[in-house]
Amino acid sequence: MPSVVEKKKALTFQELLFTLQRFWAEHGCVLQQPYDLEVGAGTMSPDTFLRVLGPKPISIAYAQPSRRPADGRYGENPNRLFRHTQLQVILKPPPERVQELYLESLVAIGIDLAQHDIKFEEDNWEWPVGGAWGVGWQVMLDGQEITQFTYFQQCGGMDLDPISGEITYGLERIAQFLQDLDSIYDIVWSRDPATGAELTYGQVRLHEEQQFSAYSFDYADVPSLWKHLELYEAECLALLARAKEVLVEESPDPLQVLRFPTLGAYELALKCSHTFNLLDARGAISVTERVGVMARIRNLIVGVAKIYAEQGRLTAAA
Amino acid sequence: MPDFLLEIGLEEVPARMLASAQAELLKRTLGLLAREQLVVGDPIAHSYSTPRRLAVLVRGVLTQQPDITEETTGPAVKIAFKDGVPTPAAEAFARKSGVAVSGLKTISTSKGDYLAAATLKRGRTAAEVLALELPKEIAAIYWAKNMYWRAGKPERFVRPVLWLACLLGDEIVPLTFAGKTAGRATYGHRVLSTGEPFEIVTPHSYLAQLEGEYVLADVEVRRQKIRKALDHVTRAIPNARWREDHALVDAVTHLTEWPDVLLGNFEASYLELPEEVLVTVMRDHQKYFAVEDSNGKLAPHFLTVTNIALDEISTPIIKQGNERVLRARFNDARFFWEFDQRTPLTNRVKLLGNVTFQKDLGSYAQKSERVAVIAQRLATFAIERGCALDEKAISEAALLAKTDLTTDLVKEFTELQGIIGGLYARSQGLPATVADAIYDQYLPASAKDTIPRSPEGAILGTADRIDTIAGMFRLGMEPTGSKDPFALRRAANSIVRILAESSLPILLSDVIDSTTPAQDTEVRLLAFFAERIDFYLREGCDQAYDVVKAAMAAGTDDLRDLVARAEAVTAVRGSEDFLAVSAAFKRMKNILTQAHAKGDVPPSIVDHDLLLDPAEKLLAVTASAAASAIQELQRERNYGEALRVIAALRPSIDDFFDKVMVMSPEDDIRANRLALLNRTLEDLSRIADFSEIVTAG
Repeated sequence: MPSVVEKKKALTFQELLFTLQRFWAEHGCVLQQPYDLEVGAGTMSPDTFLRVLGPKPISIAYAQPSRRPADGRYGENPNRLFRHTQLQVILKPPPERVQELYLESLVAIGIDLAQHDIKFEEDNWEWPVGGAWGVGWQVMLDGQEITQFTYFQQCGGMDLDPISGEITYGLERIAQFLQDLDSIYDIVWSRDPATGAELTYGQVRLHEEQQFSAYSFDYADVPSLWKHLELYEAECLALLARAKEVLVEESPDPLQVLRFPTLGAYELALKCSHTFNLLDARGAISVTERVGVMARIRNLIVGVAKIYAEQGRLTAAA
Repeated sequence: MPDFLLEIGLEEVPARMLASAQAELLKRTLGLLAREQLVVGDPIAHSYSTPRRLAVLVRGVLTQQPDITEETTGPAVKIAFKDGVPTPAAEAFARKSGVAVSGLKTISTSKGDYLAAATLKRGRTAAEVLALELPKEIAAIYWAKNMYWRAGKPERFVRPVLWLACLLGDEIVPLTFAGKTAGRATYGHRVLSTGEPFEIVTPHSYLAQLEGEYVLADVEVRRQKIRKALDHVTRAIPNARWREDHALVDAVTHLTEWPDVLLGNFEASYLELPEEVLVTVMRDHQKYFAVEDSNGKLAPHFLTVTNIALDEISTPIIKQGNERVLRARFNDARFFWEFDQRTPLTNRVKLLGNVTFQKDLGSYAQKSERVAVIAQRLATFAIERGCALDEKAISEAALLAKTDLTTDLVKEFTELQGIIGGLYARSQGLPATVADAIYDQYLPASAKDTIPRSPEGAILGTADRIDTIAGMFRLGMEPTGSKDPFALRRAANSIVRILAESSLPILLSDVIDSTTPAQDTEVRLLAFFAERIDFYLREGCDQAYDVVKAAMAAGTDDLRDLVARAEAVTAVRGSEDFLAVSAAFKRMKNILTQAHAKGDVPPSIVDHDLLLDPAEKLLAVTASAAASAIQELQRERNYGEALRVIAALRPSIDDFFDKVMVMSPEDDIRANRLALLNRTLEDLSRIADFSEIVTAG
């Protein structure tokens, strides 16, 4: 039976990450580290969500562990994870022929395009809580969705100009594909160059899946989570209110404008978002409440995006 | 005359938008060419599309617009010449017109003689016109979803434009759109071609050259290739056929430039899962065709349409990849199926208490209890009227109907809610009547769907929807204008269809009353349903608006009866007698309305002793005889015959209006004649208000 690529040559999980990072670095991307806060997707990292705002061009790539408490399966389902890893590439503005560049990156990880079926199928992205949407595709490789490709159009309720191109690789799925495996947990994470000894994804991460699934579904304390949500929200709102006083035209104190902690406010909003996801996984949010709580979080996230754009404008002018 | 070609190269356009965009580009291009006099008559034209391009080819385009001679009027002769010598005014006009003064003519007008010149308006070249005008047409193409991509946002289009090719014969038409200037270069297949652009020699060679670079630009050619390949590949399995799915063929045609078909397999053990789940995974999630045996039973194979030529190296690789993906999805489904069954539906009823239906209408547990009560009431009506029903099954189905909302399988495949509940009910040993009613509860979800198979399912579906509608109306959350966030119109459409198309002996008023609405809510519900019934008769039954109005005026409570009446009216509306009678009814109605406005209210009884004219005596007799005949026929629902009886009244009605003056100066005679008209109208309008039928024009 021929394999996707010869098994010996298939990249390990960590080689896959290096290769893609190297590829994008060689194409001018700044490699950023994963954001050190719980996020549900690479898009929510400030390196994407906030940096796509405003006129400043950026090219940035980073791996982002993404937590989705409700997707956990105690490590028992071979295709679902509480925490998966995305490789996020943001190109503002997107270069012409960005699709070809993306396809080259697939070649770089060992995919012979002539021997696979690749389709760009319409898949528009929307994150209502962030007031963000874009159009694009899911990239299908032999029937497997391996990448989400999006041209951001709006973020934080604001039209973008220039727009950004976002390429989100699902690393586990790609590794599973390359290594031709039925279970994520069998992915070879690393191979000792000296001994050839392999470490699997399961050996590295299974216990996290087991424990975090249990935490999200069974242990997380609902009253505490509600309290956390309220505290984070209150602090974020207070900062948003302060921003109105500080971020003004011709401020007498330009340094105060520069130092205003919009990024801090954003982290508080992200905390709310993750807390909401935990409450959701605990089944503590009814369908009706859901709409209300989401509106509260949207208020925070869109509010932060607005002051980020304003701060950027004021400091660029100064 | 040269041929014209335009190709717009794009990043992958959404499959669902291609067909209409291709047609629109063709229409716009032909419209422009005709408007600019660049074609003679209706030229032969073709349009093409793939995910990466839209193209139009027009045969025989003029290279030049025709010249037009125009006559321009200059100065008056008496100003233009002084003593036979041209004045500066004449010379200036001649110069402007590009002729010598001697070349000017004199024309006579009502104001006197004037100088005139014939000037030639040169036609522009086709290239010039197209370069100027065609970009506007391209920009105006409708897309369901647009995007910006260039800095400064100069234009919106479906996806970034990558190249333009535009040729008139051998020549490039250098039009510019979205920052691209057209040349003769195009690109082949993303992977199978070299990736380098190549030059289109002439419009004529376009299709063949693309085919050489692994692009079938003609959509129909691709569709046929896919169909043939599906047939061919399926032949490898004895007695099997692929399951026809026009929408899916369409989708994959628009997803490929060089399609091929691959047969994959899955383990037969997955066939233990319900077919509905397997097919949903294959079709909706993977765009795979299902394969069935000669009995229509699902076989453990699937077909995927690739966008690449398959050979002995790629086939096993691509097959293996697709099989692994499908296995993972089926495994997920199986995991959910087995996991969900650990908690039977009967144990999930209490879980519905935690699922909010709507904040003021309570949880799904509360909704289910209400629906059970409503369904019970409807069942009682139906049984009283002789319908055989399993009342116990209805109650049980109503209480279990929403329990599948708590299952993981429905969370994963929301489009299968109801169906999954029905499947679980069957698999958990509940009676078939209960399982089928749950399974069918959301039917019909669209105009194409059938109605529930059983009366129990029809009652459950009706009860569930009227509970939602009446609940929302009670809260004042009824649809307004284009806003219908709870899809109440669709819910009401489904109720209307069930009442009209099932054999349930249930009236609309039964359905509305079963929710025990307050009076003002009931009035609003009736008005809301009247709109939906009107919509159903026009769109669902194809009835003309006047027939709908006429039939609805005679009652909307019994929907099957209403449909029968409307159809009968449509069947006779073309006949001359019927039109004449309709016109006469309109006349009667007008007379009565005008009389009423003057304070003439007719008595309810016709006094036969006051009928003087033989014509009015005759009408009284024939109309009364017709009324009893119609009553009998209506009981048998023989509306065709009843309408023939009405049409047969034409001679006596005509005679009446010829000979009798209704508005007699004598009060008692006049009142009696009005009473006769009123009675006749009332008696004969029980099928439809014929005065609503449009008779002229």
